[in-house]
Amino acid sequence: MSGGRPSWFFLGGRRYSPAASLMLAAPFLLLIAIIFILPLATLLHESAFVPGPTTAHYARAFEEPVYLRVMLRTLWIAVLVTALALVLAWPMAWVMSRSTGIGLALLAAAVLLPLWTSVLVRTYAWMVLLQRNGVINQLLQGAGLIDAPMRLLYTQGAVVLAMAHVLLPFMVLPIYSALKGIPEDYARAAQMLGASAWSTFREVIWPLALPGVTSGCLMVFLLALGFFVTPALIGGPQQMMIATLVSQQVREMLDWPFAGALVGILLVFVLGITILFKRAVRLDRFVGSA
Amino acid sequence: MGVTNGQQGRVAVQDLVKRFGPVNAVDHVSLEVSSGEFLALLGPSGSGKTTILMAIAGFEYPDEGRILIGDEDITWAPPNRRNLGMVFQRYTLFPHMSVLENIAFPLKMRGIGRAEREERARAALATVRLGQMGDRRPAQLSGGQQQRVAIARAIVYQPRVLLMDEPLSALDKNLREEMQIEIKHLQREIGITVIFVTHDQTEALTMADRVAVLDHGRLQQLGAPRDLYEAPETVFVAGFIGETNFCEGRIPHAARPGEPVSVALLGGGQMDAVAAQPLPAGQLIKVALRPERLRVLPAGNETATARVTEAIYAGNATTLMLEGQGGQLLRARIPAGAGLHEPRPGDAVRLSWQTADARAFIA
Repeated sequence: MSGGRPSWFFLGGRRYSPAASLMLAAPFLLLIAIIFILPLATLLHESAFVPGPTTAHYARAFEEPVYLRVMLRTLWIAVLVTALALVLAWPMAWVMSRSTGIGLALLAAAVLLPLWTSVLVRTYAWMVLLQRNGVINQLLQGAGLIDAPMRLLYTQGAVVLAMAHVLLPFMVLPIYSALKGIPEDYARAAQMLGASAWSTFREVIWPLALPGVTSGCLMVFLLALGFFVTPALIGGPQQMMIATLVSQQVREMLDWPFAGALVGILLVFVLGITILFKRAVRLDRFVGSA
Repeated sequence: MGVTNGQQGRVAVQDLVKRFGPVNAVDHVSLEVSSGEFLALLGPSGSGKTTILMAIAGFEYPDEGRILIGDEDITWAPPNRRNLGMVFQRYTLFPHMSVLENIAFPLKMRGIGRAEREERARAALATVRLGQMGDRRPAQLSGGQQQRVAIARAIVYQPRVLLMDEPLSALDKNLREEMQIEIKHLQREIGITVIFVTHDQTEALTMADRVAVLDHGRLQQLGAPRDLYEAPETVFVAGFIGETNFCEGRIPHAARPGEPVSVALLGGGQMDAVAAQPLPAGQLIKVALRPERLRVLPAGNETATARVTEAIYAGNATTLMLEGQGGQLLRARIPAGAGLHEPRPGDAVRLSWQTADARAFIA
């Protein structure tokens, strides 16, 4: 929506009326409405109006320590996953942004190939690695570093590691794209002006890459909040996260209103954090000073 | 801005060699720039001019040779420790900082306090006549304004030497010519040493005190603009700077530089010239003669030495295309309004020139 043009959509130089635009988007919007918005609305409706208008389901989520713990754990794990993914993704994205040709193709494949592999497969791979008689325990024992197998699976560390791995591409790609857009001459100019490598990073590269870092963090954090497969399989009941709890309420307790309340809370979190993140980035532009 | 004093801004490039694979990008180049001098590095692409600049800046390390600034050997110093200014070909103002923050950046890196750096940044901005633009973002400035801010940012910390890597190549012609004069004035005003890379000979001749002409990594000639044009020392310089006629031939005896020679042209006929470099006997010789130094006189059939094939009028001068007796193709330029004979296509003419204006080189 630039330069005061009517906000109609453009395609192949043609201008579409709002009605025509709506028709073109209709199949997609209809699908989303039926399989996403409708069930979600039903669930949220149940959380507040079944059996009658009530806030009891929401209150229960915060009052019972078990549920509060699951929600806090979910937030904490999402924070850890985001931090770990950022630490792993930055150097990778940096190397990719400085590579060309076959080197870049190989690095990009290393990032994208896991993305094209089923999450279930990747999670089971982690189970094979981490289980009691898994590869890691065998290696450590073989090397004589430990006497008995360590408990690796069903720990928070395992959940964080596996989730960070699964979500890594969502961090690498936006950062890579941001770094790729920073001309090499900026770093050179900074150095000529007397900036050390660290100052160049802090004053020039990092601020310019920040939009990519923010998108990556936001995407990984939000996906981690609602992640189901990996925490369910790697974390087990001790490391239960909110998605697993929702599924349990629906499938085992048949408590749809309470599940709806949990979903509502998650939704508020997701929206709130998105808005906060966006605002934080925009504010950041005014913080820098001469 | 203080004036750089003494020989602090002297730059000496000594026997520099830089290889990229089997290619010598810079091939034993030595040159010296005195403090406050404006030197242009001029050459076609691949001549090594940018590589020399990058070695001075610290982004390339040479395979052989040394680089001195003042009395300090900086060959291996990292770029941020050299205290040099640099303006790049592409705009390199940091987009997330205001114009003033950009200019204050090098002062910030030197640990100078906020109040002083703002004051000095404002002064530098005024020097490039953009006093009112301090709070803008770089993207809100035109290309010419951005490069002026880049210059202000490169001189605000009073470096000894300012390096410029084709800083005007992204600008359109009129703006470029305006900026050339502005940069020249600024350089005189603050007395900074400038090393300016360009492939545009007009730019080099206009701005520089001396020009180093490079080709295939070798220094061809280092001299004042007038010397390069009027007394080129190699056949490359004669052809690269300005327009010139080349006639090929041979000489019977060897000649030392400055000695008059009579060249037997390949197509027949003789040509009087002066040896511009040591010429061995029997080797192929190229004689260079500027079009405006060729006098075209009316001639009868007996005395004619050439024929006019075309006359191109261009307002301030007329260019004649000529065919010599031996089939040589030549150009002559006749200035308008000087009352000189202006022949028409098909006319027979007699050509003459000062022997000193015809310079003979090894081909």
